[in-house]
Amino acid sequence: MTSPSHTDATEIPDRLRGPLARMLASWEFLLLIVAILIFFFNTQASPYFLDAWNLSDATFNFTEKAMIAFAMALVIISGEIDLSVASIIALVSTSMGFAVQFGVDTPLLIVIAIAVGAACGAFNGFLVAMMGLPSIVVTIGTLSLFRGIAYIVLGDQAYSGYPASFAFFGQGYVWWVITFEMVLFMAIAILFYTLLHRTSFGRSVKAIGNNPTAALFAGIRVSRVKFILFVLTGIMSAIAAICLTSRLGSTRPSIAVGWELEIVTMVVLGGVNILGGAGTILGVFIAAIVMGLVTFGLGLLNVPGIVMSIFTGLLLITVIALPIVIRRTHRRAS
Amino acid sequence: MKKTTTLLTAAVLGGAMALSPVHADDMRIALVVKALGIGFFEAAAKGAEEAAAELGGVEIIYTGPTDTTAEGQIEVINSLIAQKVDAIAISANDQDALVPALKKAMSRGITVISWDSGVAQEGRQMHLNPSSNSLIGNMIVKMAADQLPDGGDVAVLSASATATNQNIWIEEMNKVVGNYKGINVVATVYGDDLSDKSYREAQGLMSSHPDLKAIIAPSTVAIVAASQAVSDAGKTGEILVTGLGLPSEMAGHVESGASKSFAIWNPIDLGYAATMISYNLAKGEATASAGGEIGMGRLGSVTLSDTLDGAMSDPFVYDASNINDFKDIF
Repeated sequence: MTSPSHTDATEIPDRLRGPLARMLASWEFLLLIVAILIFFFNTQASPYFLDAWNLSDATFNFTEKAMIAFAMALVIISGEIDLSVASIIALVSTSMGFAVQFGVDTPLLIVIAIAVGAACGAFNGFLVAMMGLPSIVVTIGTLSLFRGIAYIVLGDQAYSGYPASFAFFGQGYVWWVITFEMVLFMAIAILFYTLLHRTSFGRSVKAIGNNPTAALFAGIRVSRVKFILFVLTGIMSAIAAICLTSRLGSTRPSIAVGWELEIVTMVVLGGVNILGGAGTILGVFIAAIVMGLVTFGLGLLNVPGIVMSIFTGLLLITVIALPIVIRRTHRRAS
Repeated sequence: MKKTTTLLTAAVLGGAMALSPVHADDMRIALVVKALGIGFFEAAAKGAEEAAAELGGVEIIYTGPTDTTAEGQIEVINSLIAQKVDAIAISANDQDALVPALKKAMSRGITVISWDSGVAQEGRQMHLNPSSNSLIGNMIVKMAADQLPDGGDVAVLSASATATNQNIWIEEMNKVVGNYKGINVVATVYGDDLSDKSYREAQGLMSSHPDLKAIIAPSTVAIVAASQAVSDAGKTGEILVTGLGLPSEMAGHVESGASKSFAIWNPIDLGYAATMISYNLAKGEATASAGGEIGMGRLGSVTLSDTLDGAMSDPFVYDASNINDFKDIF
C-alpha cells in the first residue's frame, strides 16, 4: 500500500526495506508525529485548546476544504491540477441561492448543487481531457469564469432564506460534539482511500501520472480517466459548497475566495507529488488535520491572519523542498 | 514553566507578536475588524485601547482576518468563542453570513455588537452607526455656513444620481438649510464618483454660477476633485469646498486653503465607543432594547432605534488644526 512517493523512480533498489522500517520512514508517519507535536504545543500554549466543544468548532476550519482536497489529490496524482474549485463553490452556492428564491426545498437543492458541480467539472474535463489543453491554463480560466457568473447574477447582493432543514449540513450535530461535517469528511476519506488504493481505477490514475504515454500503450483510457477525475472534483466542490452555504446561511459571490491555494497546500503537505504519479489519501487526511490544528492553535493565541499566511507559505515551501533536498544529498552520498 | 512554553510556542509558531499577560479577572473585549492592516481600523483599535485604559481591568483583543472575507471572520469568531471572551464588537464583512457564528457566540453568553459595518439584527445585540443621516445632512451645510457669515450661493456636487446614501444626506440637508441665514442652494450636480467627471462638473458650476461661494461635496471622490478644480481655476479663497472626505486625500487641499474644513467619522471615537458599549452590556450596566440608552464614556450615550441600532455622534470635523494628526491614519 505504501507508495514509492519519495524514492527516486529511476533507481530500483536491490532489496526492499522491511515493512516497519518503511512505515517509520514514510511521509505519513512523519506527518502524524508533526500532528501530535502541534497538538501537544497547543495544549501547552492555550488553556482553551483542550475542550471538546472548541475542538469540535475547530474542525470546520478544514473539513470542507479537505473534502475537495481528496479529489484534488487524485487530479494531482494524475499529473493535472484544478484551480477552479473555489469558483465552483461560488457558482454552486449561487445556483442553490437562486433556486431558493423560487421556494425549492432541501432535497432538490442538493440535486441542483451536485448537477451544477458536475457540469463545471465536466466542462474542465472536456477542455483538458478531450481537447488536450493544459489543465493549469484551463482551470485558471474557469476560476475567473465560474466566479464571474456568480458575480453577474448577484453583484453586491446576497441570497439568503435557505430552508431550516438545509442548516443541518453545516450546523448539525450527529451525536454530542460530532458534527455532520466530520462524519461526512470521514466517509469521503474512506471512499477515496478505497478508490485510489483498492481499485484498478486508482492504479490507472497513478500510472497516468507517472507516464501518460506508457499508460495509454498499456491500454488505460487516459482521457476518460482524466475526464472522470475532473467531474469528481466538481462533485466534491459541490458537496463542500452545500456544507459551507449551510454553515453561512447565505450566499455572496465572494464565498470561499482563495480556497484553491489552501486545498493545493493540503494536498502537497499530504505528500502528494506535485509532479504527479504518487501520493496517498492517508497523507492528505493527516495534512488536513495538521492545517486545522495549526490555524486553530494560532487563532487561540490571537496571532494575526497575516502571520498565519506566512506560516502556511513557509510550510508549503519546506514540504516541497525537503524531499528534493534529501534526495539530492542522498544521491551525492551514494 | 508553562509561561515559558507559551512564549516559546508563540515565538516558534507566530513569530513576533504581542502576547499580553492575561489576568483571570480581566474583562476581555474582542474588536474584530474587516481585515488587519487597514489604517481606519488600526485607528479604531487605538480608540479601543483608550477606552480600556479609562475603564481599567479590560483587555482588548484586536483581531481580524487577512482579507475581507466572511469565512475568515467566522474562523476568528470561532477562536474567540473558544477563548470565552466576554464581548465581541465586530465590523462585518457580510451582514448575513456571520449570523450563525455570532448567534452561537451569544448562546454561549458572549455580548455581541456590530459597529461601522453592521450585522443583521438577529446576529447582534445592537449596532453602532458612526453617525446618522440627519446629522450628516446638517453637518455638511453647517460647515459651509460657518465660513460664510453673510450667506451666499452654494452648490452640491454629489456622487451618482442614484447613490442612495448621498441622496438621503442631500434630502436631510435641504430640510435644515433654512436654519442657516442667507445660504441658498443653487444647483445639485452629479460626478458619478469619477474623478474626471466630478472635476468637469465642478468647473461647470463655477462658470455657470459666478456668485458661487461654496461647493458642498458629500462624496470622498467629489470633494477632492472639487478642491482641485477650485485651485486650478485660481479661485482659492473665493470659492470654498466642503463636504465628506478622507484626511489622507484632503490634507494637501486644506493646506492650500481650497478647503477650510470637511467631515467624516472619527475612527478613534468609533473604536472607543464600541468598546464602552461592549463593556456596559457585558457588565449588565445597560441592556440593548428599543429606545434604551447605553453609555459611551466621554462621548455621552447612544439611543437605540426599533431595529436596535444607534448613531454615535455628529461627523467629526477636520481642519488645519487637526488634519496632520489624522492624515497618516486614513
